[in-house]
Amino acid sequence: MRAMILKEFRELRRDRRTMAMIIVFPLLMLIIFGYAANFNVESIPTAILGPGAEQVAQQAPDLFDVTVVDSTGTSETAQTLLRDAEAQVAITTDTEPPTAFIDGSSLFAAGKAVGALGRLGDRITVDILFNPDLITSWVLVPALIGYILMFIGTVVTSIGLVRERENGTLEQLAVMPLSPVAVIVGKIAPYFILASIDMVIVTVLAMILFSIPFVGNVLLFGVGAAIFLFVVLGVGVLISTVSQTSGQAIQLAIFFLVPQILLSGMIFPIEAIPWGIRWLSYFMPLTYYTKISQGIMLRGAGLDSLWPAFVVLTVMAVFVFTGAVLRFRRDLTPHRVSEAPVQPEGAPA
Amino acid sequence: MSFGVENLTVRFGRVTALDEVSVVVRRGEVTALVGGDGAGKTTLLRTLAGLVEPTSGTVRRPGVGRLGYLPAGAGSWKNLTVAENVSFIGGAYGLSGADLADRADPILERAGLADARDRLAGQLSGGMKTKLGFSLAMLHSPDLLVLDEPTTGVDPVSRIELWRMISEAVADGAAVVMATTYMDEAERAAFVVLLGDGRVLLSGEPDELIGSMPGTIVETDAPVDSSLAWRVGPVFHEWFPWTVPDGLTGLRPDLEDVCIAAELRDRLIPVGDTQ
Repeated sequence: MRAMILKEFRELRRDRRTMAMIIVFPLLMLIIFGYAANFNVESIPTAILGPGAEQVAQQAPDLFDVTVVDSTGTSETAQTLLRDAEAQVAITTDTEPPTAFIDGSSLFAAGKAVGALGRLGDRITVDILFNPDLITSWVLVPALIGYILMFIGTVVTSIGLVRERENGTLEQLAVMPLSPVAVIVGKIAPYFILASIDMVIVTVLAMILFSIPFVGNVLLFGVGAAIFLFVVLGVGVLISTVSQTSGQAIQLAIFFLVPQILLSGMIFPIEAIPWGIRWLSYFMPLTYYTKISQGIMLRGAGLDSLWPAFVVLTVMAVFVFTGAVLRFRRDLTPHRVSEAPVQPEGAPA
Repeated sequence: MSFGVENLTVRFGRVTALDEVSVVVRRGEVTALVGGDGAGKTTLLRTLAGLVEPTSGTVRRPGVGRLGYLPAGAGSWKNLTVAENVSFIGGAYGLSGADLADRADPILERAGLADARDRLAGQLSGGMKTKLGFSLAMLHSPDLLVLDEPTTGVDPVSRIELWRMISEAVADGAAVVMATTYMDEAERAAFVVLLGDGRVLLSGEPDELIGSMPGTIVETDAPVDSSLAWRVGPVFHEWFPWTVPDGLTGLRPDLEDVCIAAELRDRLIPVGDTQ
């Protein structure tokens, strides 16, 4: 048994990725969970509208971070601001008592706002939009759709590509009269199609099972998902280019996937994450997809408010996909050890 | 018309995998690469296939789509059936429908795979897998077939069938270059190249190599120098680079003897000191 234990340690010592999993991953989880696992929202972006806006803004408790004060604003303005995620609470003073519109798709902020405003009794009317009963699944499922796309895009795609390497068939593809682009597109197109089908199934099922509304533009939702898919498929291809085995690919994919569950706003509100960790959220594609899917499905947000998320995802898609294609292309072309003449048939020796 | 490499050197970092190697692979002939582990056989084949770029030297290979390659231990997609593998490779080379059937049917028939079209490649026996890999490599009638140890681990009957297929490809005019660990196979090749530590130790036709072997090989029960002897069945063969002790007579070596003697000469005796 001693020999077996010794052999296992020796193997582990040389398996740097597994060692990294054992040492780095728990530390990563500790730091991320320790800092990010916070449901407690301490500041809620708030808009105060209507004739008494200035006065109400001055009296607003610290919880409500007044970012918009508009004395000409109406209830319609308030709903637009919430739909476009420019505020999570919008108080209109053109009614008596004033009305506080709360964005129910920002679950924890909404809960906190409802609690704080509830203490004012009948001095304010509370109207929760987009998710009136503050149902968790309504908020979670749109983000979960992104997570499913991400799982297929990274784990399944990278395994599919690494399998070619493991089976030794990647070299056969390399000598066949197929361009690297044809090989890459041919390899990932099925995953793109399957992930898209999965997305449709999950979205429709979520609407049926959990009565989740879909109030926005379906086409815009599809475009957002397609751009996001390009990003995650690119990550999958990148993972495959630095993995020799399926196991290695899965390890790397876990490193990519797990932090996104915690930091993308899927579970914990991004606003509640300290800046020391929060900046990581803005490098994660799921952060932007979650904004898009929740915005379109629950709030009916359009491109006029979601364009920043679309732009960031598009830039990510271009960079990641280009990098992935270039790296994969390298696997399919001769290993360049130095410059040397390679003559076609018939050329002089 | 021939293919091959001339003064080919391939380095991976500080390791020289091939050092000034020249090999000619002629159409209608089998060229066999033999040599121990790490001799450079696979690197030479991969360079010929265009998978490794040379550090220096010249590589002559056919144009795009005119080369067939069977890597060691692979050759087919195990989650596809035999027919699906054929269809995929055919499609990649622009063969489909009747053209593909005209080409694939006789190949699969000769490979004994005609009745296994619907079986997954991963569920075939080792020999059948190799024959499928070979069938796929020659599906598009390549001008140059590059085979990396196609018969290693294959049962004797499948080896014979595989050799029949190789012979047919040669008869059709293909140039075949193959690495092998079996000397009886190398003896069937028109040209043999013995590699050692990335260099060509011997090259020529099998009979020519046997006839030109330096030194003498004797059969003995008690070797004089065990570092120059190897077991052949119940006895030893021993190579004497210079004079043979009294009482021992040289035997007619086979290709295996010649290759072992050449490797011993390379390892133990400085070049040019065998007289």
